[in-house]
Amino acid sequence: MATTRMSMAKALNAGLRKAMEQDPRVVLMGEDIGKLGGVFRVTDGLQKDFGEDRVMDTPLAESGIIGTAVGLAFRGYRPVCEIQFDGFIYPAFDQIVSQVAKLHYRSQGNVKMPLTIRVPFGGGIGAVEHHSESPEAYFAHTAGLRVVACADSDDAYGMLQQAIASDDPVLFFEPKRLYQHKGDVDLDRALTSREPLHQARIARTGTDLTVAAYGPVVGTALAAAEAAAEDGVSIEVVDLRTLSPVDFDTLEQSVLRTGRLVVTHEAAVFMGMGAEIAARITERCFYHLEAPVLRVGGFHLPYPASKLEEHHLPDLDRLLHATDRVLAY
Amino acid sequence: MTVTTDQMVQLITPTGERRPHPVYEGLIADLDGAALRGLYEDLVVVRRIDAEGTALQRQGQLGLWAPMLGQEAAQIGSGRALQTEDFVFPSYREHGVAYCRGVDPADVFGMWRGTSLSCWDPYDINMAIPAIIIGAQGLHATGYALGLKRDGVEAAAVAYFGDGATSQGDIAEALGFSATYQAPVVFFCQNNHWAISEPVGLQAQVPIYQRAAGYGMPGIQVDGNDVLAVLAVTRWALQRAREGSGPALIEAVTYRMGPHTTADDPTRYRPTGELEEWRERDPLARMLALLQREGLADDAYLESVTAKADAVAAELRAGCLALPDPAPLSMFDNVYAEAHPLVAEERAQYAAYLDGFEGSN
Ligand SMILES: Cc1ncc(C[n+]2csc(CCOP(=O)(O)OP(=O)(O)O)c2C)c(N)n1
Repeated sequence: MATTRMSMAKALNAGLRKAMEQDPRVVLMGEDIGKLGGVFRVTDGLQKDFGEDRVMDTPLAESGIIGTAVGLAFRGYRPVCEIQFDGFIYPAFDQIVSQVAKLHYRSQGNVKMPLTIRVPFGGGIGAVEHHSESPEAYFAHTAGLRVVACADSDDAYGMLQQAIASDDPVLFFEPKRLYQHKGDVDLDRALTSREPLHQARIARTGTDLTVAAYGPVVGTALAAAEAAAEDGVSIEVVDLRTLSPVDFDTLEQSVLRTGRLVVTHEAAVFMGMGAEIAARITERCFYHLEAPVLRVGGFHLPYPASKLEEHHLPDLDRLLHATDRVLAY
Repeated sequence: MTVTTDQMVQLITPTGERRPHPVYEGLIADLDGAALRGLYEDLVVVRRIDAEGTALQRQGQLGLWAPMLGQEAAQIGSGRALQTEDFVFPSYREHGVAYCRGVDPADVFGMWRGTSLSCWDPYDINMAIPAIIIGAQGLHATGYALGLKRDGVEAAAVAYFGDGATSQGDIAEALGFSATYQAPVVFFCQNNHWAISEPVGLQAQVPIYQRAAGYGMPGIQVDGNDVLAVLAVTRWALQRAREGSGPALIEAVTYRMGPHTTADDPTRYRPTGELEEWRERDPLARMLALLQREGLADDAYLESVTAKADAVAAELRAGCLALPDPAPLSMFDNVYAEAHPLVAEERAQYAAYLDGFEGSN
């Protein structure tokens, strides 16, 4: 199997290109995605190759982008919408949670909403406000939406195609601080041979405790596992990949082996993904847990000024601090 | 697409000649030589502030900067039309307006340097903190204006936004609400022709000022590179609003001569020749030509303007570099106005965590 080394942005670009080649009903919509190729260049060159009808620079209006995509989906198209930055998805919130999420249900299954909504998310890039948010829990909380987050180039490439191929609406979260990170991508592997979109992945095996992570902090979790290994501690890292649904089966199997769980994400801990995961795993693994499930994530505050973000974001030290605590029980 | 129509108000031609106008000329009749010189000085100083912003970003002192190069006349003309009681709701590019409101130039940089989320106390200078969510401030200005009206205060609110923002629902809703309640608000759109890479033609199929008609308010298009015309038109709209005649929409036709932000690369989308075309309409050159025609720009004056710009630049550079990095635990401040147990708990936990860290060193 021949792999190609490429950045996550390039892998996403390749995934979009492939999806567009394979299905003429796939259309891209968003602000600055045409000539500019998107502010992160994820759509670079696609308008040139597929034309303005398939790669649409839209007016500067997020509710307009998603609402129009709903109409296109009614007509049988498969829109892939780009929201420029996480913090700008809220103007479209009503269309996403009231319309996109519910139309299949409300129409008794007659109307499909195969939208993919791409959202660059997370911080760590020194941006100004509204450019570093982690809004995934709002969407995971809404029935009818699928929510996923990629963590490396190969998954970015494959998962994006799977999202576009899904007949359900998918919120596709892209960790923006990883856009320029390179990884090996197997461009030829069939979608069917990849982990399905609802499945987690064991990113590193271990025996002493499990760290569950997704998106930007999978790398942090792997680094923590590396560091812990030097101290003789064996950490298993589960890349959740999918946030709605969460693959509790894979996670449960891991926790049954290790007996301990730490969940980490950039989003605020309070009412976040980690809370749901801790509750369900506690329910499933009550008699096997050696310690309470701990969470490491953002604090209960608006994303702070960039000179403070290193304190807000979970890093290697905070993660190791939590794994130490879990192991000390 | 360059939006220019016959109706566009202009009081100085690009070569610096005065252009008569039956209505708006009278609104700047009070400007004597000193006032005209003052306006030119403002233009030069804010261009300098802006250039300093770009330089500081390039030197790694700011994370990002949104240059206003080319939009000086639109901002100084409108900013100098304001009275103290008026309240401004800006976007992120209104460095010139902030200067007119009396903000300490160094304070503008906190947000871009990442030391804080805001730059000033809105109530100190009657100017809200910058809105980065496009168009949100249009509604805020409308609500503030409603408050002014209820309180019987003769003042107006002003919302600044770009041509791209006119596509947002918030701006459409603000136009609707303000007309419904006859709120004393002025919508000041700087049509700088680009919303990042998107030309104004992607947002609007008619000149932006014409949208006002559909909401039942006057819309005026003004040459945004003509500081006198912008001043006159804004004075007119503000006065109307203060007197209870309701909202108005001003479209200042100007041009963003720099990149969208220091992270942007306009060569990817800007047609060749367009920048050069607009350089010929430079707002500073035009005002200088007028001063020269009227014998108001001798060497001593020009030197004094340069000296002033130098002084402001030196001060803001020093001020910017002196902005202290915030203390880690300060991030827990002001999440709520009243005590909140969750924040208190997380603050305490993080403080203990940091302490433990120090102890282990
Ligand atoms: C709701 C929202 N969507 C997208 C963005 C990203 N963005 C920042 S500035 C900008 C272009 C704005 O253009 P315009 O309104 O014309 O103002 P200008 O920057 O030209 O002054 C975009 C798309 C944003 N800040 N807010």
